[in-house]
Amino acid sequence: MERYIGKSVMRGIAIGRIYLYKKVDVQVTDQKVPDVEAERERFFAAVEQAKAQLTRLYDEALQNVGEEHAAIFDVHKMLLEDEDYLETAAGEIENGYNAVYAVDQAGTQFAELFAAMDDEYMRGRAADIRDISRRVIRILLDLPDEEISSDEPVVLVAEDLTPSETVKLDKKKILGFVTVKGSANSHTAILARSMNLPALVNVDISLSDALHGQTCVVDGFEGEFLVEPEEEILSEKVVRKNQWVADLEALEKLKGQDNITKSGKRIDIFANIGNVEDAEAACAADAGGIGLFRSEFLYLGRETFPSEEEQYAAYRAVLEKMEGKKVVIRTLDIGADKKVDYFGLEPEENPALGYRAIRICLDREEIFITQLRALYRAAAHGKLAIMFPMIISADEIKRIKQIVEMVREELVKEGKSVGEAELGIMIETPAAAVISDKLAEEVDFFSIGTNDLTQYTLAVDRQNQKLDGICDTHHEALLRLIEMTVKNAHEAGIWVGICGELGADTELTEWFLKIGVDELSVAASAVLKVRGAVRALP
Amino acid sequence: MRDFTYVIKDPVGLHARPAGLLVKKAGEFTSRITIESGGKSAEAKKLIMLMGLGIKQGAEVVCRIEGEDEDAAHEALAKFFEENL
Repeated sequence: MERYIGKSVMRGIAIGRIYLYKKVDVQVTDQKVPDVEAERERFFAAVEQAKAQLTRLYDEALQNVGEEHAAIFDVHKMLLEDEDYLETAAGEIENGYNAVYAVDQAGTQFAELFAAMDDEYMRGRAADIRDISRRVIRILLDLPDEEISSDEPVVLVAEDLTPSETVKLDKKKILGFVTVKGSANSHTAILARSMNLPALVNVDISLSDALHGQTCVVDGFEGEFLVEPEEEILSEKVVRKNQWVADLEALEKLKGQDNITKSGKRIDIFANIGNVEDAEAACAADAGGIGLFRSEFLYLGRETFPSEEEQYAAYRAVLEKMEGKKVVIRTLDIGADKKVDYFGLEPEENPALGYRAIRICLDREEIFITQLRALYRAAAHGKLAIMFPMIISADEIKRIKQIVEMVREELVKEGKSVGEAELGIMIETPAAAVISDKLAEEVDFFSIGTNDLTQYTLAVDRQNQKLDGICDTHHEALLRLIEMTVKNAHEAGIWVGICGELGADTELTEWFLKIGVDELSVAASAVLKVRGAVRALP
Repeated sequence: MRDFTYVIKDPVGLHARPAGLLVKKAGEFTSRITIESGGKSAEAKKLIMLMGLGIKQGAEVVCRIEGEDEDAAHEALAKFFEENL
């Protein structure tokens, strides 16, 4: 057995024969041609033919895989119309070189331009330049379009796959992907995710012809690729695979289903997200909305404050992605424990109890106002709810509401389009839970942040592993605070959700329903699991 | 000469598809149209160079238009950015 390690871009396990996909080696020589004008015509004719092929491929792909995946062929066609690309190739021909060499030169030159960029998406475009160049070269050499054909489903192993190759694959014939090159943003990775097939990229394997037809295992959980595994290992992987398939099927059946118990009690199940891309996963998991969008990602890992425009773009993108489903965005929740030097926060003895979250926002209002302006502008594009963290008093909420009013008025005065938003607070301090009857009069909803509520209620630092033994997330004190908060919310006529890790704890699902929690917000990967738990209840 | 400034809202930035559409839009006019961002500039009618600017979300771009139909181009391009980027 040979074992290789790669970067998993899609979890899952595939077991089957290897289909080794190698491109036909095209021999490029820098031979000169006597008739420059004829070669020039041959080149432009090949480009026209390539564009015609791409138009056809676009139409086909539009039918088979939809506009999102078909768009790549439209882009390829536009790249083949690029003046610089065409002039570079034509220039080589003017210098007397043959057309194949000229296209190869132009392709290499522009692919390198993209490969050197610092943006991963743009680096991925180098593959597109190589793809269009190969297409023109194949036409010049009268070679057939490259195809992958196999009678049985196979694991596709290749150096890298171009978009024109991946989009034409017969999806019923593929079990998984392994590529030597590629990245999390490569076409192979995107396709694997859309097909829900295990895939590894960056696998350091030399593609000898002997691989073709050998039995292999692609394990997207472990990031390993096994060629000709021993009987014992193979049967272990088979068990693991069957388990994965069974889990997947069971969860898949829950998509589109209601979160309802056998006796007819309903609850909303939303997703927690940390950035714009996560919204995609939330949709794929069939979440009913976003129950907690942590806005910190906008502030972390950078040197200056994010601008209003930048924030607006991010919030709007998520609201549009969720197509009218509710999106609860939490305002800045940062303290001295996060490394954001440009905030100029002084080191603290006890950052969990320190200058953080809403305390910073109400002290340095300019930071808060920028975020609120972006939020209210984004609210015009979907169903937004705004939630404030670390609240301990009704006065804080009153001050927040004054600032919110001022921001809204200013935006309206400036002629900006402004949307509506529900306003809510996190219940994550024991103080807020205890006076939740008073706080409920001030807001539209509560969201119970069980992680902080646990650590503040039990006085247990959740970062300290030595205390894991006494960090009892089912502690009666905590559960009483939650129950009290839910009761007070309902008496005031507002809704209440749970957005901490406890929301996904299926041992408590029955209890949450019993006390009347309206919404559970959990990691996207846990949405269907919790739905299953709800539906299994009497 | 006409110009305008715009901040990119699209989360992926000026990626291939909208860049291609921008090239098509710019091609409708005879004016010379350049896009500047981060100290680099490219002609709006050249797709590869335009993508080569690596314009990301939040980046400020300046679009300069010079030529006979600059007024019409200015209006059309400002609208294009607003709607697509």
